[in-house]
Amino acid sequence: MSARWLHRLFWVVGFLPAALLLVNFELDRLSANPIEDITHVTGEWAIRWLLFALAVTPLRRLFGWNRLAPYRRSAGLLAFFYASLHFLTYFALDLYFDLDAIIEDIVERPYVTVGFTAFMMLLPLAITSTRGWIQRLGKNWVKLHRLAYAAGIAAVIHYLWLVKADLLAPIIHAMILACLLGVRIYLRVRKPS
Amino acid sequence: MLIRIPRPSDAKEHEITPESIYLRRREFIENGIYTGAALAALPLIAACEPAAGRSPQPTTGTLTELKAKSNKTYDTDEAQTPFKDATRYNNFYEFGTDKEDPGKNAHTLVARPWTVKVDGEVGKPGTLDVDDLMRPEDLEERIYRLRCVEAWSMVIPWIGVPLGKILKRFEPTSKAKYVAFETLVDPKQMPGQRRKILDWPYREGLRMDEAMHPLAILASGMYGRVLPNQNGAPLRLVVPWKYGFKSIKSIVRIHLTEKEPPTTWNMEGPSEYGFYANVNPEVNHPRWSQKRERRIGEFRKRPTLKFNGYIDEVETLYSDMDLSKSF
Repeated sequence: MSARWLHRLFWVVGFLPAALLLVNFELDRLSANPIEDITHVTGEWAIRWLLFALAVTPLRRLFGWNRLAPYRRSAGLLAFFYASLHFLTYFALDLYFDLDAIIEDIVERPYVTVGFTAFMMLLPLAITSTRGWIQRLGKNWVKLHRLAYAAGIAAVIHYLWLVKADLLAPIIHAMILACLLGVRIYLRVRKPS
Repeated sequence: MLIRIPRPSDAKEHEITPESIYLRRREFIENGIYTGAALAALPLIAACEPAAGRSPQPTTGTLTELKAKSNKTYDTDEAQTPFKDATRYNNFYEFGTDKEDPGKNAHTLVARPWTVKVDGEVGKPGTLDVDDLMRPEDLEERIYRLRCVEAWSMVIPWIGVPLGKILKRFEPTSKAKYVAFETLVDPKQMPGQRRKILDWPYREGLRMDEAMHPLAILASGMYGRVLPNQNGAPLRLVVPWKYGFKSIKSIVRIHLTEKEPPTTWNMEGPSEYGFYANVNPEVNHPRWSQKRERRIGEFRKRPTLKFNGYIDEVETLYSDMDLSKSF
């Protein structure tokens, strides 16, 4: 399979969880609280694609998997897509566009604050993901896109803080993120550039 | 002439979702989803025409019918949550932490024969079969609101016996100030207990005056049948003015004590879950608002009522307490 088709396949796989959500909703296979299901699934996939995007560079450096390079942008955009669905589900379906309620949530509830922060950090990254912006920003583009780490950390904290008792799933995500950050630090210490 | 005096716990006319809206509730969500999906230009949208028919109301299956006299004193006339939703959306960590886990996993629970031990500060302690504890002639139907601490709610027709009526048979002593309850521990029957997600057994408790309140019942059935396993078979507590986690399921021990007993969610997060756990829109959970709730099956959230709408019945129990401190 050519690299181009493989990449297309990647996009199809990327949208699959959203499509499945829609199909399951249609077939009435979501739980009795479908808004909660949609919120959870879109949130989880936003974090997963973000971790995928953050894994690309470490994998290239460690193992020379340079064919992964184009997937960093795609995974990042998928993360933004799911984060947008996640935010819209919360604001439109859950809060029904209640501005007072969302402001209260963002100001008073730390897990919402960090989650919203993560989303706000992804926004400029998605906007400047085009070739035009990469050229226009030059070296600053690399600096700006380090925000992806901060967004990843904020997203995982958001996940950790909202869980009631069983921390297993958020901890797994946090550990993957920690490994990815660890590799970056290791590479930097070993070979200062 | 018949004059109907509304009970304090009745839903106000404006609070009742018109049936036409209630029946169309999925459309609201559908519209929202389609908008989102169209924005994202999902390729599969064409393949996802609405299914010809929604899954029909499931039958109550093999659950034994349970006869109970009706006691309308405290019933709400709000629309009851469909049996299907009440049995597939549960918090019962003994069978898994996802809402649908109990419905899938609770078949391993052997709900009969089942004995319950009643001990502690009582004159006549004993271990009874659940069907002797819940005498058929005492069974009443009670249609109650159920408000979960996670800000969702249901309306459920329970079948049970007032807890106070049962406790009196064991002759509580003057030292009995609290009632403590424990759920079964058996990882073979309750696969969720293979991991220490909570400090098993699940424990709950009430102050004696709360336990003796006529609203508090021990339930052995719902929707005219015995309790399904995922809803706490064969015996559970129902305290409708408190958050759902107080209404402990699959009880094996009732212990009367002089001191306030430790309770599971309070041990898990003392700043988040109090011993009292009265439904209160004025006291938010540290991580989320308790002002509103989603009635399962409805789209828009509705305001949460103090003491879950049972304020006139139970307010006096707490008249000398600061509910923001004793939450």
